[in-house]
Amino acid sequence: MSGERLLTRNFDRADSHTLKAYRETGGYAAWAHAQMMEPAAITEEVKRSNLRGLGGAGFPTGTKWSFIPKNHAGPVYLVINADEGEPGTFKDRYLLERDPHALIEGMLIAARAIRSDTAFVYIRGEYVHPWRRFSAAVQEAVEAGYLGRGLDVVVHRGAGAYICGEETGLISSLEGMKGWPKLKPPFPAIKGAFGQPTIVNNVETICHLPHIINRGAEWFAGLGTETQGGTRMYSVSGRVKRPGVYEASVAITLRQLIEDQAGGVTGNGRLKAVVPGGSSAAILRADEIDVTMDVDGLRNAGTMAGSAGVIVMDETVSIPEALMVVARFYDHESCGQCTPCRESTGWIHKMTRRIVEGRGRKEDLDTILDVSRRGVGTTICAFYDGAVGPYISYIEKFRDEFEALIPR
Amino acid sequence: MPTLTINGKEVMVAPGTNLIEAARAAGVEVPHYCYHPGLSIAGQCRLCMVDIEKTPRPTIACNTVAADGMVVSTETPRVLETRKSIMEFHLINHPLDCPVCDQAGECWLQIYYMQHGLYDPRMVDEKVRKPKAVPLGPHVILDAERCILCSRCVRFCDEVTGTGELGIFHRGDHSEIGLFPGRDLDNKYSGNVVDICPVGALTDRDFRFQVRVWYLDSTKSICPGCARGCNIEVHTSRRRPHHNEGRRVARLKPRFNADVNRWWICDDGRYGFGFVDDPTRLTRPIARDGATRVSGSPTYPGSPRASDALRLHTPTDRAGLSAPATKITWEEAIAAVVDALGRLDPAEMGIVASPRMANEDLFALKQVVEGRGLPPVGFRVPPRVPGDQDRLLIRADKNPNTRGAELIGLDGDVAAILAAARAGRIRLLWIFGHDLFQSAWPEAEVASALEAVDTLIWTGSNANPTSARAHWILPAAAWVEREGTFTNFQGRVQRFRQALEPLGEARPEWEILGLVLGALGAPVTASRAEHWFRALATAVPAFAGLTYQNLGDGGQPVRARALPAQLSLLGEASEGAVEAPSDV
Repeated sequence: MSGERLLTRNFDRADSHTLKAYRETGGYAAWAHAQMMEPAAITEEVKRSNLRGLGGAGFPTGTKWSFIPKNHAGPVYLVINADEGEPGTFKDRYLLERDPHALIEGMLIAARAIRSDTAFVYIRGEYVHPWRRFSAAVQEAVEAGYLGRGLDVVVHRGAGAYICGEETGLISSLEGMKGWPKLKPPFPAIKGAFGQPTIVNNVETICHLPHIINRGAEWFAGLGTETQGGTRMYSVSGRVKRPGVYEASVAITLRQLIEDQAGGVTGNGRLKAVVPGGSSAAILRADEIDVTMDVDGLRNAGTMAGSAGVIVMDETVSIPEALMVVARFYDHESCGQCTPCRESTGWIHKMTRRIVEGRGRKEDLDTILDVSRRGVGTTICAFYDGAVGPYISYIEKFRDEFEALIPR
Repeated sequence: MPTLTINGKEVMVAPGTNLIEAARAAGVEVPHYCYHPGLSIAGQCRLCMVDIEKTPRPTIACNTVAADGMVVSTETPRVLETRKSIMEFHLINHPLDCPVCDQAGECWLQIYYMQHGLYDPRMVDEKVRKPKAVPLGPHVILDAERCILCSRCVRFCDEVTGTGELGIFHRGDHSEIGLFPGRDLDNKYSGNVVDICPVGALTDRDFRFQVRVWYLDSTKSICPGCARGCNIEVHTSRRRPHHNEGRRVARLKPRFNADVNRWWICDDGRYGFGFVDDPTRLTRPIARDGATRVSGSPTYPGSPRASDALRLHTPTDRAGLSAPATKITWEEAIAAVVDALGRLDPAEMGIVASPRMANEDLFALKQVVEGRGLPPVGFRVPPRVPGDQDRLLIRADKNPNTRGAELIGLDGDVAAILAAARAGRIRLLWIFGHDLFQSAWPEAEVASALEAVDTLIWTGSNANPTSARAHWILPAAAWVEREGTFTNFQGRVQRFRQALEPLGEARPEWEILGLVLGALGAPVTASRAEHWFRALATAVPAFAGLTYQNLGDGGQPVRARALPAQLSLLGEASEGAVEAPSDV
């Protein structure tokens, strides 16, 4: 099951990032059409398409837009989250590098839907080449009259913090503050960037909009499952023969993705585990990969679609070591604002490291599980809930491996 | 007005009230660290979790606005369990150095661990190391390891003083409070961060290591540092007199008053109590060579008795007494004053009262003056350096009772009195408290006025260059050693209570003046400050209806029409008005 490529259709052209190439493949036709649609009609179309946010949370995009207050007098902002930081995820950089005009056209459509005349694109600081490519495309779009006539785009570079990919952390950072997530309520759609109603959407999500406008909500919805339309871009890494970004329907199974698209498992050739949706997703055992990759499919499997960063581990991979690496990441990236996350990410990292180094204690595993469960849902943002995904699942599903490392 | 139920009790609160305050209204304390009613909501400590009906998981109370019909529970099993977890998270990297921590005894980590923690510690790994004993400014010192990153101090400097010295730097469990580069925590209110720090991270450089807090006694008082009259607590060390380097006053803390100072006091006020236990204190009546002796008064032989020496405080050369001084008894001192008052023509006398005296003192002075044809008493002495003032609390007038002196009617012209002295028309000057050499008037003019009189009487608590020239010194008790009331610039009459016994033989001014009045032959029945206040309330219309009882802890405004027209009492009062109650 490969199907039609939407987002990556131009990736094979050497000049795919140029306005010329984008126009030659039908670019900005959707925007021409959308300009004749009422904003509410665009939102309605997106709702019916079953497009869901592809940055991680999987929230229905049209529904999110509809939270903008109807009679707001001041500005409304569109913010594009291009702070792609979830370990195992590298799809948005390809979009920024190879099809930046798709993002610009999608932004034009989204901005019209929410009646915004200013959009911010927050690009991960390490993404230098994508930033250059996207900035050049913005320049082209201004010169061609797409931007600057009703929609201004501000490109903002991040400074290297994972938490700034959390939508309110991103807003804080954009505002010039430390990238701390904000208390909710109020939600960004009510009071977001600079105190104004704000919609934060992921790059890939927005890149889908031209296709939805061009070909209709029903067509888009039909590409996926009952509750999620379209395709998405899977970042496949780890022990596979052909790691990379693959676009496929959200209805593809994890097994199909690994075996058919990525060429199967490498290393010793025997699959041990897969993380299906970026490092925050719970791990799946080799016998759990016959699941569809849509938001609800993976939720029902006890994990999450997240950012569709698929990390494949063969039998030579040590799960305790993998958890230590993941725990080090969350320890390093916790913003430190609220207590449970700030304190337990460090603590759990220390415990996992001790176990891997052969200094574990019998009670450590249960302590990690207990600390993880106690912190879930007590924090300002979803960072800790994300960290807990691996903490709990790695230990619960591979406890033998951990216990084998603990001295008797 | 939303009505909600908290732990089964129905309570009605003002719209916009959060669940911590709503719970307080219902008599329920929701444990919290980062929330402070005077600061914005941070939601960082995550301790104030409560259960709200129809909500899937516990919610922070600080960021939840009370809504009509809400059903809130603060003691459900899962809330108790969550609290315990949050306490564990707060403490895993805490150094647990209570035995050497100044906050011990008033630390909310200790208190909440005992109330809501009581888990068995599971943390066996190395704790995060952070900077310790870092001076942040002249008054505050930081131990970053003890910090729970509640951000109260950061928000105080951002929101209350607007000075923004502090930030939280780094990430995760390496986060720490610190100064922005090139900054010092040296704003005029820096000491407040110590008060609002719920743990031992920020401590007072002035107070730390001086005395354990459980040996302190607390007395409600009023700051005498300016015309604002901030409500304070005086913390005194008496049970361990060898602590705090023998000083009795250990520290001043702000006391919440919605109409005056809310939760705050300035650093000048907070650290301005040193004079109380200072070696310059005057502890016995003194006659100096050159004093015009009352006939028959014996002159005391010079050597002070050990019992008079009062540990640390003897009037010595440090007190600025250049000429040989002789200690005398109160009887002798009062007799000398009365003798002088009786001997001279009223026109030959000048009296300079002090706006640092209490209403009771000033009213007693008025009784001495009135009916004896004495000239008008003045009290205004312009300072050499004009006082600073800001929009928060600090007033340019550094006297706590200028308004009281005005209302009691002692507002004569001090400059004219001194001019009369220089011209030889005045032979006796009685000065209360002032050091005229610190006034805006040229020192030579002051000196010639003081030298021109035959008799200079000085009444006050601490020696100064003016008292050094006095022939008679009547030592006054410091404000913490007595009761009384001040009337602040808004016209609010506020009580201060006695925290300590007067040092040595010092006495409150009202008592000294009562003795003088009695010796002059007037019937004096007032034996407590309160008696003088009663008389004042009867005699001066502005104070009508006020009693110590109805002044209470927060004071009462004088009758509005008694105030000068330019002072908008309502405007000033509403400026500081808040609905939220006091906090830790």
